Amino acid sequence: MMRTSDLIASAARALRSNPLRSALTALGVIIGVASVVAMVALGSGAQAQVERSIASLGSNLLIVVPGAQRSGGGVRAQAGAGGGWDALTLGDAEAIAAQVENVAVVAPSQRARTQVIAGGLNWNPQVEGVTPAYLEARDWRIAQGRMFDETEERQARRVIVLGATVANELFPNVDPVGQTARMAGGAYEVIGVLESKGQSGFGMDQDDIVLAPLTTVKRRVSGRRGRGDSVSQISVKAVNEGVLSAVQQDVETLLRQRHRTREGEDDFTVQNLSSITQTAAQTTQVFTYLLGGISAVSLLVGGIGIMNIMLVSVTERTREIGLRKALGARQSDILHQFGLEAVTLSVAGGIIGLTIGVAGAWLMTSLFNLPLVISPLNAGMAIAFSGAVGVVFGAYPAWRAARLDPIEALRRE
Amino acid sequence: MALLVDARGLVKLYRMGEETVHALDGVSFTIARGDYCAIVGPSGSGKSTMMNIIGGLDTPTEGKLVIDGADIGAMSDAELAQFRNRAIGFIFQSFNLLPRLTALENVELPMIYGGVEPKARRERAAALLQRVGLGERMGHRPTQLSGGQQQRVAIARALAGKPPLLLADEPTGALDTTTGAEIMALFDELNREGVTIIVVTHDHEVAAAARRTIEMRDGRIVSDRLNERSARHDAHV
Repeated sequence: MMRTSDLIASAARALRSNPLRSALTALGVIIGVASVVAMVALGSGAQAQVERSIASLGSNLLIVVPGAQRSGGGVRAQAGAGGGWDALTLGDAEAIAAQVENVAVVAPSQRARTQVIAGGLNWNPQVEGVTPAYLEARDWRIAQGRMFDETEERQARRVIVLGATVANELFPNVDPVGQTARMAGGAYEVIGVLESKGQSGFGMDQDDIVLAPLTTVKRRVSGRRGRGDSVSQISVKAVNEGVLSAVQQDVETLLRQRHRTREGEDDFTVQNLSSITQTAAQTTQVFTYLLGGISAVSLLVGGIGIMNIMLVSVTERTREIGLRKALGARQSDILHQFGLEAVTLSVAGGIIGLTIGVAGAWLMTSLFNLPLVISPLNAGMAIAFSGAVGVVFGAYPAWRAARLDPIEALRRE
Repeated sequence: MALLVDARGLVKLYRMGEETVHALDGVSFTIARGDYCAIVGPSGSGKSTMMNIIGGLDTPTEGKLVIDGADIGAMSDAELAQFRNRAIGFIFQSFNLLPRLTALENVELPMIYGGVEPKARRERAAALLQRVGLGERMGHRPTQLSGGQQQRVAIARALAGKPPLLLADEPTGALDTTTGAEIMALFDELNREGVTIIVVTHDHEVAAAARRTIEMRDGRIVSDRLNERSARHDAHV
């Protein structure tokens, strides 16, 4: 009966006796594990990025927009039946705030696009007429200055709050707060600048925006299009994520009553951001699996490399195997020795590959500006998987070695 | 003297295509403890098969073989491996040392499979190398040793597990006459210390150094006689 320490020493000695060959054999596994680790980390990074940017739109948020939802997921205005782009009204927003339970904030808004000019520079941002509650609904904060209050909103004051992109474009060298900008033929005072939110999950710059009081926008910017009290969007923030779908149903029921529509003929759509997040996350997860799967093929090739070299090694060491058997090595001793050599190669390759993979993932994620996501589970699985590769691909050569007839083996030159 | 090897009606058949070859064709003999026996015969006489079967590397097709109280025919593969480790010390024509290991490590090898503690087996290997006159060369690898020295390492390795039986296959076949005589002298010494030795050879001088010669031909024993003392002395002068 062979001692375990002797078994390990024997495998280590055999691998060290041919360092170049051992290194090249392990290289197959190193590349395989490194690419799996790097690709999965890259995919997870992209997934985290998507989730993060969608979450930046606001948490526990429902967005009500006019028009019915198409099966493809988009929104279209419904011609006829009275349901157009002006189907949503301020009254709808007030009704939601008053009648739906578990609603934290309701923020109606009117969107417009117009040229904004300041100090000889001009820019064409999205102008959003909002109530002060909009910031809370969208989890947004003021970086400099202040937000307009409800009085200013009601009085349709000419004050605006700039998104970070607009602030940079129009006031590159001066503090924008207190400056004046012109749009739609009027002068507006800049009273605040928003914190930067970056790109949304759909690739849009969320900071390319100007917030103005809703009444101001309706009277002075968007013109007389539509009904006087229509809004282009209502943001509804639920008190927590658990009640989000219940709130969605209540909002839908309420609006159906108010618009006198039946389910399936709605002239509005309630978008649930958490479900959009889930869909996007699932999509990137599929990409992660795909990348990992493709890299796993290279790990498989690495395993075949191990099997190849182990078979060569068994042939070369036939005499040695015969001698060891003559001296009292049992089949299981030979099986364990060669099996351990293969597993040592693959696990060592796995550990080195993991290190290189993490380094590669760090390089790529910093290159693509993604968060670096490496879970201990994935790392552990990479090592375990490479060990399994050693067992699977080392088993046949080791079995061949164990089954050698010692008489034949000793006769071999 | 007690019996160490008791062979009764050993038959070994090999199939070679359509033909069946009788490598051993009903062989019976006994070897006592402390004996020194040569098995001679031309190639194809069955002496190699005989050695493989006595050494536990092969099993007889028919007949019964008891060595050191153990019935070889009834053993499983793992039991045979343990039997070889415990009861047989092999010495080969081409030494069969592992080139990557030092002399000391080569001698340790059978004790590794016997599960001997590292410290104990290193001490025993060193003592055995001392015993065969290689105390100064324990750290050398086989390629750094002469043929005679390599065979001495192999003899030390064969003795490592304290086996009751040394089994040598043409031990001087790869050595020059002088070195060969030295090895035979070492065998003689070991035998006088009580080790049982079986030498398979076709060299008559080597056979004459033994106490007893079994001659084989076509799978049978054709003669079994004690050697004259004078012949034994001539062989290792």
